[in-house]
Amino acid sequence: MSHDKNPIIAYDPWHALNQLTSARIGLGRAGMSLPTRANLDFQLAHALARDAVHIPLDFSKLAQALEQLGYHYQRLQSQAENQRHYLQRPDLGRCLNEHSYQALATSDIHPVDAVIVVADGLSSTAIENHALGFLQLLVPVLTKAGYQLAPIALVKHGRVAIGDAIADHYKARLCITLIGERPGLSSPDSMGIYFTYQAKAGVSTDADRNCISNIHANGLTYEQALKKLCYLIAGAEQLKLSGVELKDETTDTGLELSGSANFLLN
Amino acid sequence: MYKTTAQHLSYDFKTLANVMAKATPARSGDYLAGVAASNHLERVAAQYALADVPLKQFLTEALVPYETDEVTRLIIDEHDQTAFAPISHFTVGDFRNWLLSEDASTEKLTALAPGLTPEMVAAVSKIMRLQDLILVAKKCRVISQFRNTIGLENRLSTRLQPNHPTDNATGVAASILDGLLYGSGDAVIGINPASDNLEATARLLHLLSDVIERYKIPTQACILAHVTTTLKAIEQNVPVDLVFQSIAGTQKANESFGINLNILEEAHQAALGLKRGTVGNDCMYFETGQGSALSANAHHGLDQQTCEARAYAVARKFKPLLVNTVVGFIGPEYLYDGKQIIRAGLEDHFCGKLLGLPMGCDICYTNHAEADQDDMDLLLSSFAMAGGSFIMGIPGADDVMLNYQSTSFHDALYIRQVLGLRPAPEFEQWLIEHQIFNASNQLKPLTEMPALFKSSLQKVLGSTDESR
Repeated sequence: MSHDKNPIIAYDPWHALNQLTSARIGLGRAGMSLPTRANLDFQLAHALARDAVHIPLDFSKLAQALEQLGYHYQRLQSQAENQRHYLQRPDLGRCLNEHSYQALATSDIHPVDAVIVVADGLSSTAIENHALGFLQLLVPVLTKAGYQLAPIALVKHGRVAIGDAIADHYKARLCITLIGERPGLSSPDSMGIYFTYQAKAGVSTDADRNCISNIHANGLTYEQALKKLCYLIAGAEQLKLSGVELKDETTDTGLELSGSANFLLN
Repeated sequence: MYKTTAQHLSYDFKTLANVMAKATPARSGDYLAGVAASNHLERVAAQYALADVPLKQFLTEALVPYETDEVTRLIIDEHDQTAFAPISHFTVGDFRNWLLSEDASTEKLTALAPGLTPEMVAAVSKIMRLQDLILVAKKCRVISQFRNTIGLENRLSTRLQPNHPTDNATGVAASILDGLLYGSGDAVIGINPASDNLEATARLLHLLSDVIERYKIPTQACILAHVTTTLKAIEQNVPVDLVFQSIAGTQKANESFGINLNILEEAHQAALGLKRGTVGNDCMYFETGQGSALSANAHHGLDQQTCEARAYAVARKFKPLLVNTVVGFIGPEYLYDGKQIIRAGLEDHFCGKLLGLPMGCDICYTNHAEADQDDMDLLLSSFAMAGGSFIMGIPGADDVMLNYQSTSFHDALYIRQVLGLRPAPEFEQWLIEHQIFNASNQLKPLTEMPALFKSSLQKVLGSTDESR
């Protein structure tokens, strides 16, 4: 590529190395600062991540879609009253509000094996983009295996542990929570799945959960995530527990097992 | 004690821990813990009360019980009465006045450090404005050495942080090369491994050690694995320069990290024994951050900034090369927005420096915090004005493994230009020798690769495509 004789931007001769990593390398410079284009690219990624946190999830739209699929659902909310409150008080995001408890109390209770919880968490776009697609794979698998399911709980301003109270209420063995993960610049819509066996509100801790992280277009596929979840469910049913003592031994995609060989050392 | 009146209201704060917490400038983590002042008047009343507390009181009223907390025992048992003597008659308010005075010279502050406890410096920081924190920290000078010298006047070092989501060796190497060619990496080349196990850690340690050796870079390597993983690596003769560990300010919080003082001592001795340093042998790298004790439910009713300062007592026991407060990583439930992050960064730097630590700052934020690049620019600028020892260097400020934003290679060059700050002298020489920097502390214009890296780049990109 030819350059102007006196370019305003200095390009990095190693620019093409950016094919080797997702890191933002070889950005060039304006003076010694970030060139305009690279600066705006960063702002764009940050805007997407910020919007994922702050644009509220359209729960009605999600509910409608579930209805069309013939899935039962119920809408609940944590004790966090708004987004600002939610971000600063994770303790409140783990507890259902009074209204939700009343709603649960008035709904029929049939004995169930599993509850599925869908919470907005820290990324509404994660749930908007990925919850439905994953549920369409998950629900038939659970149903086929003979599991009785509670109505899918759609929880506004929910943290991971909010599933405990819901599982508790239904006396469900399995609690499966789909939640929007903290967005990164490269993955604003990453969904996580937390699995807890015999979840109990105020008793279960993070050590009792298994996490399947990074479900998005460039991360785990729904099929890969489901495979991991099924493995965990089977293991939990056998061991009667979940969490640190239940290891996910499905092969991890990605992690490098190669040596330290690289072009700097050749 | 701990009583005051403000606007005809009388306050009785009852305990030192309570007056410290209530006097702390507002931050979300203290509200979350339920220890913060309930309104502005109560906060300033607590600040009046705190200003009147004699410094000696901190030696008799432990904020976490001596009997049950080894960090408290460390603080009390190793307190140097002789060093403390010149200010032993001060109140917290007197202490602030003296720190700001000309009498508090670099020499006197250096001599005073062993006489100060973390709680004393935390207390005085609570009644200081940002300009006070900057002015006093700037007078402190803490120098540490391994293969170069960190903390000299008008110097600012950077940790090159070439993280990769899957620890891919080629991806890591690409970020290292990018960083070196932007003049980054004199504090350390330090990788957060995607998986904390011995195999991954050893592989990355070899990679960094080989690169440093091949290109004769006057810097040190670190893989930020758990201290027990690094100890195993040392046992297996894997090359370890610096031992890393996250630390906190209470025994219980450290237990939640899986460490105690004995484990740190064992690791320190093991790394010292390797004698891999050239100009010095400061071989520990610690990271801290406000909120870590609370998040482990191990804060004992203290405010998060006081807990943070206590972590520095743990750090100074092991004479570290680097101590890094990772200020905005923990999220908005502890530090809500740019304003809280900026203040916390400057408080941590001030407290660390006063206690004699080589303080750097991971000037950073997550996407659910109310902060952006402008906030980071403000903290970077004021941190450098305060004489901060080092900052992070991450390609384009975007850590693709840890999913947060920190300072970029370009950010370091910005502040070098504005404040005339140079890298560590040994590293600066290397940069000049290899045509990366000119003698005026600026990047040289590059139309082709510096000779040092030319052949490696040709191998990976092909000789014809070298100038992209």
